[in-house]
Amino acid sequence: MEMLTVKNLGISFGGLRAVDSFNITIEKGELYGLIGPNGAGKTTAFNLLTGVYKPDTGVITLDGKNITGLSTIEINKAGIARTFQNIRLFRALSVLDNVKIGLHNDYKYSTLAGILRLPSYRRIEKQMNEKAMDILKVFDLDKEAHLLSANLPYGKQRKLEIARALATNPKLLLLDEPAAGMNPSETDELMKTITLIRKKYDVTILLIEHDMKLVAGICEKIFVLNFGTELANGLPGDVLNNPEVVKAYLGE
Amino acid sequence: MTKIKELNKSTRNNIITLGIILVFYVLCQILIAAGVMSNLMQGLLVPLCYYSILAVSLNLTVGILGELSLGHAGFMCIGAFTGAFFTRCTEDSIPNVFIRYTIAVLIGAIFAALFGGLIGVVVLRLRGDYLAIVTLAFGEIVKNIINALYIGIDEKGFHISLQDASNLKMAEGGDIIVNGAKGITGTSRDTTFTIAILLLILVYVIIVNLINSRSGRAIMAIRDNRIAAESVGIDITRFKLLAFTISAAMAGVAGVLYSHNISSLVATPKNFGYNMSIMILVFVVLGGVGNIRGSIIAAVILTLLPEYLRFLADYRMLIYAIVLIVMMIFNWNPACITWRKNHSFKDILQSVFKNKKEEAKASGKEEA
Repeated sequence: MEMLTVKNLGISFGGLRAVDSFNITIEKGELYGLIGPNGAGKTTAFNLLTGVYKPDTGVITLDGKNITGLSTIEINKAGIARTFQNIRLFRALSVLDNVKIGLHNDYKYSTLAGILRLPSYRRIEKQMNEKAMDILKVFDLDKEAHLLSANLPYGKQRKLEIARALATNPKLLLLDEPAAGMNPSETDELMKTITLIRKKYDVTILLIEHDMKLVAGICEKIFVLNFGTELANGLPGDVLNNPEVVKAYLGE
Repeated sequence: MTKIKELNKSTRNNIITLGIILVFYVLCQILIAAGVMSNLMQGLLVPLCYYSILAVSLNLTVGILGELSLGHAGFMCIGAFTGAFFTRCTEDSIPNVFIRYTIAVLIGAIFAALFGGLIGVVVLRLRGDYLAIVTLAFGEIVKNIINALYIGIDEKGFHISLQDASNLKMAEGGDIIVNGAKGITGTSRDTTFTIAILLLILVYVIIVNLINSRSGRAIMAIRDNRIAAESVGIDITRFKLLAFTISAAMAGVAGVLYSHNISSLVATPKNFGYNMSIMILVFVVLGGVGNIRGSIIAAVILTLLPEYLRFLADYRMLIYAIVLIVMMIFNWNPACITWRKNHSFKDILQSVFKNKKEEAKASGKEEA
């Protein structure tokens, strides 16, 4: 079953065609890698998928529903969550609160119930705390739950961002360079975590990454983007040995 | 003791703040009953409360939502005039002060919220300096419109004019309620220290409960990272507007307190102008942006200070400025922060208790 279908997606900034005729189909439960040299348009593609930019051309379908041109908020509600290349946590809030903000749309009570501390407030806050702690446990962040998120070490901040994205209960998770800045052992741990959450939360994943060990290690399929267009697409073994890809990455 | 420890940090902080307010209230009542408190101080008790409310409510916009608003005096002005207008009209028909006052507070809050919402829809697209400029202009506009507003009542109902009193075209025996630049006169002075403290507690609880709820988290998420907040599905406009409206409503409550504490309500640059908005902002900044208890403390200190420095005559505003600078350094200078950490009140208390325990232990051993 197809989770995400993108047909002929494209956007221009002035005279620059940042992404052009981008086509990708991701099956439910798949772990797809999106790679390419710097400036190839990978993050732009993410921004198009999440509604940060409105595409000039093309159609995006998520789980059978057309989500082209919807706002970021609506796209998140439809089931796409993401992390950012440069970490964007709610820095002045605790680790737990960061995840609880991810639960915002699934656990609701009115503002008035919050101000008056009605029973619904207590009940739902309790459920939120339990759910958030469950997610934090998966990422081994439960001991740091009450720390300020800005005080976490770098690797844990990256993990917390994934945890927050997962809290929105997405069908498709977009990870923008999850291993950037991590040392080899942190990367290994991250690979294990990604494999684990994929099973546990039954989520489809598309990730951008430069760390080829991670990409080759866990991705089932790889899409290579160069100058905004498709260079190669398929199984890791084929794609990474493709002479065109090697040329784009290393030069001739 | 263990029960208090079990509560989370924010709840504990709130209980402490409420405790401080109550102790302050009881202390003042005792001093008044004993006849020790000066008239000057007694006259300042209600202003302390409405300045605290203003500081707390502006902190919701500046500290929690993270947007700079310079129009807070405008919302206070709306609350003051609508509340006083209601009281002036119903003094005869609703003799019960409690009911009348409650409705006046509600009306003040609702009208201020209404304007807050209206302004919010338009200006919350702007950010930072631009928002500050527009809200500043809004405050001035409100003040100037009220200065030119005439409302009278006769047997045919209300008459409104923006020119002068004779333009109201009222029948014989009509009563002018809002008289342009002369404002509203003859409102009964219903505000008491008890009412003011109760409203301060109410506003404090509303704002703190809001901050520690789902909506409050959403508001702080927008402040910390707008793009990330959007990416997890938080409706930016909605929660910005919510914070802004509630903040305005609370300023309206402070306005009602203010207008019922004086017998003739006039909109001047001094009470509802730009300087007032800046003063409230000073309370918030010095108390700590986002720190609700700090706002109250700063409002109290900075209201009392100029009054108690009166003996310095012209030098008092100079001292005021120096105090502001010293407070800023004490609050934010890294060296001062470390010093405060090393010399915190809590640690000193703990070490004193520890010594006593050890002494007790030592003496116990000696006896054995």
